[in-house]
Amino acid sequence: MLDKTIKQLSEGLAAGEFSSEELTRSYLKAIEAKNPEINAFITVTSEQALAQAKAADAKLHEKQAGPLTGIPIAHKDIFCTQGVRTSCGSRMLDNFIAPYESTVTHRLAEAGTVMLGKTNLDEFAMGSSTESSFYGPTRNPWQLDTVPGGSSGGSAAAVAAGMAAAATGTDTGGSIRQPAAFCGLTGLKPTYGRVSRWGMIAYGSSLDSGGPLSRTAEDAAIMLNAIAGHDPKDATSMDRPVDDYTSRLNEPLKGLRIGLPKEYFGEGLDSGIADVVHQAVAELKQLGAVVKEISLPRTELSIPAYYIIAPAEASTNLSRYDGVRYGHRCDDPADLEDLYKRTRAEGFGAEVKRRILVGTYALSAGYYDAYYRKAQQLRRLIKEDFQSAFDQVDVILGPTTPSVAWKVGEKDNDPVSMYLEDIYTLSVNLAGLPGLSVPCGLSQGLPVGLQLIGNYFDESLLLNIGHQYQQVSDWHQRRPA
Amino acid sequence: MEWETVIGLEIHVQLSTQSKIFSGSSTRFGAEPNTQASLVDLAMPGALPVFNAEALHKAVAFGLAIDAEIGKRSVFDRKNYFYPDLPKGYQITQMDHPIVGKGQVEIVLDDGSTRTIGVTRAHLEEDAGKSLHEEFEGQSGIDLNRAGTPLLEIVSEPDIRTAKEAVAYLRKIHSIITYIGISDGNMAEGSMRCDANVSVRPKGQQELGTRTEIKNINSFRFVEKAINHEVQRHIDVIEDGGSIVQETRLYDADKNETRSMRSKEFANDYRYFPEPDLLPVIIDHDYIERVAEALPELPAAKVKRFMADYGLSEYDANVLSASRAMADFYEAVVKTSGDAKIAANWCMGELTAYLNREEIEVSASPISADHLGQLIQRILDNTLSNKIAKQVFEAMTQGEGEPDAIIEARGLKQVTDSSAIEAMIDDVIAANPKQVEDYRSGKDKLFGFFVGQVMKASKGQASPAQVNDILLQKLKG
Repeated sequence: MLDKTIKQLSEGLAAGEFSSEELTRSYLKAIEAKNPEINAFITVTSEQALAQAKAADAKLHEKQAGPLTGIPIAHKDIFCTQGVRTSCGSRMLDNFIAPYESTVTHRLAEAGTVMLGKTNLDEFAMGSSTESSFYGPTRNPWQLDTVPGGSSGGSAAAVAAGMAAAATGTDTGGSIRQPAAFCGLTGLKPTYGRVSRWGMIAYGSSLDSGGPLSRTAEDAAIMLNAIAGHDPKDATSMDRPVDDYTSRLNEPLKGLRIGLPKEYFGEGLDSGIADVVHQAVAELKQLGAVVKEISLPRTELSIPAYYIIAPAEASTNLSRYDGVRYGHRCDDPADLEDLYKRTRAEGFGAEVKRRILVGTYALSAGYYDAYYRKAQQLRRLIKEDFQSAFDQVDVILGPTTPSVAWKVGEKDNDPVSMYLEDIYTLSVNLAGLPGLSVPCGLSQGLPVGLQLIGNYFDESLLLNIGHQYQQVSDWHQRRPA
Repeated sequence: MEWETVIGLEIHVQLSTQSKIFSGSSTRFGAEPNTQASLVDLAMPGALPVFNAEALHKAVAFGLAIDAEIGKRSVFDRKNYFYPDLPKGYQITQMDHPIVGKGQVEIVLDDGSTRTIGVTRAHLEEDAGKSLHEEFEGQSGIDLNRAGTPLLEIVSEPDIRTAKEAVAYLRKIHSIITYIGISDGNMAEGSMRCDANVSVRPKGQQELGTRTEIKNINSFRFVEKAINHEVQRHIDVIEDGGSIVQETRLYDADKNETRSMRSKEFANDYRYFPEPDLLPVIIDHDYIERVAEALPELPAAKVKRFMADYGLSEYDANVLSASRAMADFYEAVVKTSGDAKIAANWCMGELTAYLNREEIEVSASPISADHLGQLIQRILDNTLSNKIAKQVFEAMTQGEGEPDAIIEARGLKQVTDSSAIEAMIDDVIAANPKQVEDYRSGKDKLFGFFVGQVMKASKGQASPAQVNDILLQKLKG
């Protein structure tokens, strides 16, 4: 039962094969059994989950259920959930009980989902391995000595290990797609502005996108249906109509123009990954897609651009954690400066401090033009690359990551090598485009992700391709041993 | 050496919007601490700003009122610094692309001459909260009710040359913002605050001297005193062979002095960059047109109309239209009295003197425009002489009621019965034969003496015009 998709669970609930309460109890049991080893959850909200499950069962009984009614899911601990600790993986917010609900979690609750708990993440979403969390690293259920990816690694590990049917994540530079790839899941980063950021704790405000991690593209579509749409509380959320993302899942791919950027298949790509991605391309061709090579010449520049812009925004987004109103406060501050310095020195971990320093430097008088302004120029060029690519093709395809999950602790002393692992995902955030990662094989026994990049607001197409691919492949059905 | 002063003002105006610039909290003044602080104002994790359209409307209205360029695309920026009353650790403001660009205002000086003062820009930003140091022993309290209140920061060119001009400019801005209703302009409550940049240079020198900035001056009177004090300090330092340090200074009204707050060497690097949580504000021609159509008559237009319709001098028209409240009062007096010139004299004379003496605004005047108009009617219909009218005015300020009631109760009606006046004049002539003889032999100046005697005999109530006429005839002999 715990391996089933949202779609299957929803059918089971509707048919009365099991209740939401039974389902929820099974997941809670699985969490109890597996979480000590995997460390996917920071907080488990059993009581609340059972109450929501009972309410869902009542709806199911009244035949008022929607596709998500009674489905137990987990939320990345970056979304504010009213009355529940929202830590963002940081000591800074270890004692922070959110006084309000984020739009994403609110909409999913309204859709009838059951919240099992809050999942682990890299501190303030800064990382690609979920190792920088104050609550310790999350393990990849496929191989416990490897990382689940990050920053939404707790969400990915929870779903992969059968501790939740699906989960929410956020993606600033790959933080949904990369953990989805590492854990054999489907992960969707929607177009910037498609999903509200209200109540989603900010890392890089111009890059952050909330989205689902799920077993299938169809499940991702069901989740996106619940969370997408304009929110007057987020000025950057787009006021334009929302698709029914399930409506185009079954369209044939005949004539679909797929572009393979040569920069995504060059040096640095693990050969095992290259192999399975090429196999997936062959299968899509069989489905009628037309494949051509394209170029995204500024791909490499996305790393320096991202690692200026994201830390710059983060450096000021994180200024609010000052020990004055909520969160960690140092003991017995001597004066204001002491309060600030010790609170922040104690409250933040090493990676967060590193990015605050980088970002502060990049915005400083005399360096702004050399760093921040230049990075913004690069960002425009990267967008232009994509726009000219979309003049020729409908969708861009490549690997989600250059390598599979690495060993826990392997990159502890080399943050830059971890930054380089984001090479295929960062530019999508810089351009604000939607990206989908679907499992397409194994390399060294670990899952590989296939990334599909669409034009603005083209989530339906990405989900359509993902779904069609999942009709002819079974990688999304593989489970860790 | 002769020195020239160069002054530029930065005026912060609190816009009178219902809610804050980036949140739905109320902007009401004087509420219990932190009762008007929402998730956004408290800078909760994950909370986001949303721009208040009313603040935009008011800022554009100001731009149009000073004939400024309106930024078709304006951008919010973050200004980063740590302070407990700044919850986010940054202030949302506008740096490179303000909503209002170059404009200008004309000021009128005491001698009636006018000067044009350039406005460099005006931009929107959010106010900070307040730190409360008094009530908490060894600690500070933070009140975030004010955090997020919309401010329009109006930056002048360094076109101002004297403290008096600075005050005239500040009054002009005050008059504009209250005219167009974008702020209550209440300086005591901090709705309008002023920073002054001051420098001096030898007369004739092009290059500017080193400037200091005097922060947070909160009354018209203090602006003049603070600038005068600071200018003198600059001159004293330089003439003593020293040099001015570029720094921020605070004006202490009790001691009438400025003192150093922080010097430029320790200045913050604010790390401005575009606010990613807000989209650029794009406005089109239609929007600007709609704001323009909704603008009330502006002071400059009112001055012209007062001159044309009421035959006032430019100086009088400027004085009477300096505030919308006075202009509206004056026009009501004109309407009741029917005489624009006399109405102007009374508004600028007795009424203004009284308001100044009592230190109250025209809006708080105990005499209504209607009653002042009635009083003027009584002068026009010869019921009262000017002199007696002033007595009635005094009685009106004491709350004795409407003019007719006072005239009746006090028996102040002017004597216009010419036989009665003639009788009084006959008595005076009979009682002063020596003076009559002197007058008739050429001492014209004595005429005043006779008028005085007659007025005294009539207890001031005889019509002065009639007294003059009859007396002149009778004295001819």
